This record gives sequence, structure tokens and C-alpha cells, in this order.
Amino acid sequence: MGFWTEFYALSFYLATLILLAGLAHKIYQYAKTPAPLKVPTMPAPLTQRGVVLRVLSEVVLFRSLFRANKWIWLFGMLFHAALWLVLMRHLRYFTEPVWTWVVLIQPIGQYASFAMMIGLVGLLVRRIFVERIRYISSPSDYLMLILLLVIGGSGMMMTFVAHTDIVQFKAFVLGVMYFDWQAIPTDSILLVHLGAILLLMIIFPFSKLLHAPGVFFSPSRNQVDNSREKRHVAKWAIKKFESK
Amino acid sequence: MVKVKFETPEVRPYPVIPILKPDVMKGNGPFVAKPPMQEALGYPGELVDNWQEVAIDKMGDLLGKYRSLRVYLDSCVKCGACTDKCHYMQGTQDPKNMPVARQDLLRQVYRRYFTLPGKLFPKLVGAKDLTKDVLDDWYNYYHQCSQCRRCSVYCPYGIDTADISMAAREILDTVGKGQKYCNEIIGKVFKIGNNLGLPEPALRDTLEGIEEDIKDETDIDVRLPLDVEGADILLITPSADFFAEPHVDGLIGYAKVFHQAGVSWTISSHASEAANFGLFIGSYENMRQVALRIREAAIDLKVKRIVFGECGHAWRVAYSFLNTLAGPFDFLDQRYPIPQHICEFTYDLIKQGKLQFDKSKNDDRRMTFHDSCNVARASRMGDIPGGQFMIPREIIKATCNHFYDMPSDTIHDETYCCGGGGGLLTDDLMELRVKGALPRMEALKHVVETNGVTHMAAICAICKTQFSKTLPFYGFQMDQIISLHQLVGDALILEANDN
Repeated sequence: MGFWTEFYALSFYLATLILLAGLAHKIYQYAKTPAPLKVPTMPAPLTQRGVVLRVLSEVVLFRSLFRANKWIWLFGMLFHAALWLVLMRHLRYFTEPVWTWVVLIQPIGQYASFAMMIGLVGLLVRRIFVERIRYISSPSDYLMLILLLVIGGSGMMMTFVAHTDIVQFKAFVLGVMYFDWQAIPTDSILLVHLGAILLLMIIFPFSKLLHAPGVFFSPSRNQVDNSREKRHVAKWAIKKFESK
Repeated sequence: MVKVKFETPEVRPYPVIPILKPDVMKGNGPFVAKPPMQEALGYPGELVDNWQEVAIDKMGDLLGKYRSLRVYLDSCVKCGACTDKCHYMQGTQDPKNMPVARQDLLRQVYRRYFTLPGKLFPKLVGAKDLTKDVLDDWYNYYHQCSQCRRCSVYCPYGIDTADISMAAREILDTVGKGQKYCNEIIGKVFKIGNNLGLPEPALRDTLEGIEEDIKDETDIDVRLPLDVEGADILLITPSADFFAEPHVDGLIGYAKVFHQAGVSWTISSHASEAANFGLFIGSYENMRQVALRIREAAIDLKVKRIVFGECGHAWRVAYSFLNTLAGPFDFLDQRYPIPQHICEFTYDLIKQGKLQFDKSKNDDRRMTFHDSCNVARASRMGDIPGGQFMIPREIIKATCNHFYDMPSDTIHDETYCCGGGGGLLTDDLMELRVKGALPRMEALKHVVETNGVTHMAAICAICKTQFSKTLPFYGFQMDQIISLHQLVGDALILEANDN
């Protein structure tokens, strides 16, 4: 079986566990923490349906970011949209037989990696050269982009330059998923690609990547503007002030 | 009066992104509250010995009570979208006045004490111990935020620096380092009933004086009733409306509208203040206590409706929080919005054709309108989103022949704060206030030069005071800021009625 197979298989379980448990914990924490006051950034929707549309416009279109800064929007959008395509394309390594729509998007997903890299490089260049953004950046902010660039770069190397034994790799992935381990191909590019992804999964619930669940819980975006019509009080406030 | 020892920023010919000047606004911040002011609000009189421990505990407490704080401290990706959006950042160029950098003052401590990477690798993720320097930075820079929420409009996650700065101020109060201006004023509200410490007899005198002025000017008896039990409407208005210029002309405007509408109304000496500085210090408890005065006054005076005068943050607390803090208001007339803004009240009458105007009375004024931040981004008027932008403008257009909006990225929900909101309207912050007014002054200058605008109307007591003070620094006259209801009052055709 070999060291790398065992190492990556076990790391895969560990990273998945940390990612899922960590995210579940954070989501539970966000959901459980009350929002005692009505604080939507106005103008805000008057109905729950309107709020769903507002949150979707932020999640899908980055509406507020578009109003703020067209360059950040462009690079951010390129990166995120392409990342989704690339991720969906990668479903082919986790399913047998491969779903038809995954087969169909394969070429788009492959070339989307260019857009993803352009977005990441754009964001990194801004972080380095725009004085204001440089000022607010910590080492982890650069490293996060570099980690994503390593993932994208190594993936593109395998797609376009030095193919790995993809059939054997898929056997490894399915083996890990169904607890029937198969050997992993040991090309260094693949190992780097996978290692960086596992690291990203582990970092996710402890880092600013929490913006992904966070955006759904942001009170300034997800509250209905109906404070005059409907009384909104947090449990702790009732307990503290209104129960004698 | 504080001696002015700073330079007014140059009005920029076209928008440019400011170059950073680190630490240019570093300092001791505004005057610190004295022990009695702190204690009146339930806070320790001075910095407690174990302040570090108390601050971290308080932060933990707030993280459990406010989802906003929790989500906002986790979610920022440092994209930079907000970095050029703050008026204080534009006016001072201090990088710690970039919204994200201001948030980071709290976030760095959050990361150090509440997150795993911050505990393990503080340098890597920009986490910091809560040292005296950090605490001083909190006090200084969280009192350079007017909680106007402009940054939250642009943030892809809606992170609202106002919420962060409120939490920071609450922590500062809890360790015994509160701000004099806010805390002294809240104390006065509890003790006397309003921010200015104007007692009931003085208030009665003032209102009678205003009645006489209106009589002299119009020859009509317009009443400004105080503590009239059984009146239909309770007017809650900022106490500056009782005597400050140009505020009082707004109050005269409301009185004329009530008179012409033929409704019975009253001011309350118990709740003779719309302002609620509990908001600024982020204290749910103090904000609630201040808000409860209004409920008490409404019950005592047996009114059917509550109408708020022109005040920005007061309208935020009224519109967004009053029901939460002091509700339910099931004893009021449910056919009317609870509470209602004076602009909604006036606009409804205009729509019904119950108010007639002689617009030519305002012909010497070419108007623009300053959207007050708390009205624009934290509340609403009317029954459609954005009514808070439409209704005041419709009132101006109904009362004036000349109205011009300032550039579109400086109005509506993109409006710039006047520079004096959020508990910063104090002389010891004059430099900050003048510099923070820069973006609004630039926008005003634009319409003055392009459209010959002569006056700017506002619907906020803080905005009016702030502009009266700061307009002269930019080469304008202090009386170029006026109350929206002054326009109404001046153009309204009054008839004598029997009340």
C-alpha cells in the first residue's frame, strides 16, 4: 500500500472531519446567537421573500461589492465563479459512473481554471500593491491566496502539462470513500495538489473562509424591515428585563 | 470653546483615493467620563485594576448576545472594499480610520483570545494581546467612528462597523473608561428628561416664547402645548429643537403643521428628548431605559399616537428599536404607524391636499438635501423601501421651487455622515468633526457651483449643529444649513382655528 497512500487516506478522513465538524459548530453557533435588535442596512426588503433575494444577490452576484469596487468585484467574481465550475468538474473523481452533467461541463471546468488563476493573481497583486489593502493584510491573508494559487497551479499542471495516472487516482479516491484503500499515484504534483487541498479544508473553519457561512447569517443583510409591524425581542432581553 | 489648532482639509477638485498617513489621528481621544457620570449609568467610575480580564469577559458576553458581532468578527476577508468609504478616513487619511482597520482593533483581540489560530499563531493571523496600547487605540479610534453605516453598504458580508464600535464602547464603559460627552448626557436624560438638562419650567417658558414669536410673525395663535393629558399626538423631538438654530425653526414648522391639520398634540416634559445616546455607547440596557421614558410619557398623557421630530439616530432607535425596547404599544391607535416620523405626518397631509403652500416664500432658497445617515441606512419612512429618501425630497419639492440633489454617490444610502454623529458632537473632537465633514462639503460645493444651491436642509439635530459649526471652515455661511420643516413652516398658508 505504501506510506503515501496511508498518509493521504488518513489525512483525508481527518481533514473531512475537521471541515464538517468545524463548520457545523460555527453554523450552530451563528444560528444560536440571537440578533436582539433589528439592524438591516436600509433600504431593506419588507418580506422574507425579499430577504432571500437580497441574500442571493450578495451570494451569487456580490451586489454590495460591485457597488464598492469594480476591480475587487471582477477578480473576486472570476475566482469564485471559476472555483465552482472547477469543483463541479472534480465530482468526476468521486462518482462512478460519472453523472452526465459533470461529463458535459468537463471542458468548461478545465478552462475555468485560467479564470480562477487570473482572479487569484489579481487579488494578490492588489493586496501587494494597493497601499490601503497592504495595510490591512496579515501574513495569513497572503498565505491564503498563495495556498489557493498552489492548488490551482498544481491542478492545471496535471490538466495541461504533466498528466497523472488519473484512473489509479480515481481508484484511490473511491477506495478512501468506501473504505477499500487503493494505492495513490505518487507523482509529486498530485501530492502537492492534494496536500494543499487538505490543508485548506483543515484551515477553513478557523479562518476568514468562514465568510462563506457568515454571509448567510449577517443581520445587516438577512433581516426583514418590519420592526414597526412586528415586535422583535431576543430571549435574553426578555429574561433580563421583562420577566419579573 | 476649544482653540482650533489644525488645518481644514483641501476640497478636492475630483475624487481621489487618499494616501495613508499612519497615526496622524493618534491621540488620547475625547474627554473621559468622570466617576459620577460613569456610576450613574451603572459602570465603574474609573479604569478597574483587572481591566484586561473584565474586557475579555465582556467581549465573550457580547459575542454570546449579538450574532452581528460574532459573524462580523469572523467573516472579514480583508478585501479592501470599505477602505476608502469612511468620511473620517477621507478627511484624516489615518489608516486606522479605514472601516476594516477600525474593526481590526477589536478583531485582533478577538482572534487572540477566542480563536484557535490566534491562540497558536498570533503573528500569522494578526492577533494581538489586549495591552494598554490596544485599549488606548480602542478609546481613540472607536471615538472616531460616527456609526453611520456607510461602510456596511459596501461590504460584501454587510459587516457593520457601527455594531463593532458600539460593542467596543460598551467594553470600554464596562472597564471604566467611558466617554464624557455621551455618558454625561445620558445621565441628564435620566435625571432631568433631556440631553440639555432643560427642566420643565424652562421648557414651558421656551415654548411660550416660541408661541409669541409665531404670533408676532403670522398673527395667528399656533400653540406648542406641554404635558396636555388626553392629546391625540405625543411629539418626541430632540431638545435642541427647543432653542438651537436652525433647529427651532423646524419645531415651529411642526407646530404649524399640527395647527393646520387641526390635531391635538403635546410635548412631554418627562420625555422631552428624542435623542437616545444609549445607542452610541452600545448599551442595550441604557438605550432601553431611555426609550422607556417615551412609553411612560405616552401612557401618562393618554395619547393615541407618537410622532418623532427631526433627529437621525433618534429615528433609528424609534423606527427600528422602540417596539423592541419599550413595546408592545397596543394602547396606541393601531391605524397609524407606531411611531411615526414628522415627515411621514406632513407628507400624508400634503398628499391628502390638507396643506396649502405659497412656494414663493422659499424663492430666495435654492435647496439641496442632506440624507442623515441613521435615517438613510438604519430606518425607513412610509410604506416602501427607500421612502426615507423620497418623502423628505417630496416635502421640499412641495414647498420650494428650486431643488437640486448632490452627486448620486453622496446621497440616499450612499450618503456621507455630517461628521458629528455617533456621540462625537463635542468640542473636544472639533478637528475630527471638521475633517470628517470633508466629503459632504465637497458634494455641497459641487451643487453650489453647478446649480447655484444656497441652502442645505437636514432632518437631524446632530447634522444641523455639526454643519452650523463646520460650514464656515469650508468657506460657507453657518446659516446655510436649515431644518426641513423650516421650509414647510415658511411656505405653509396658515388659517386661524378655534383650538
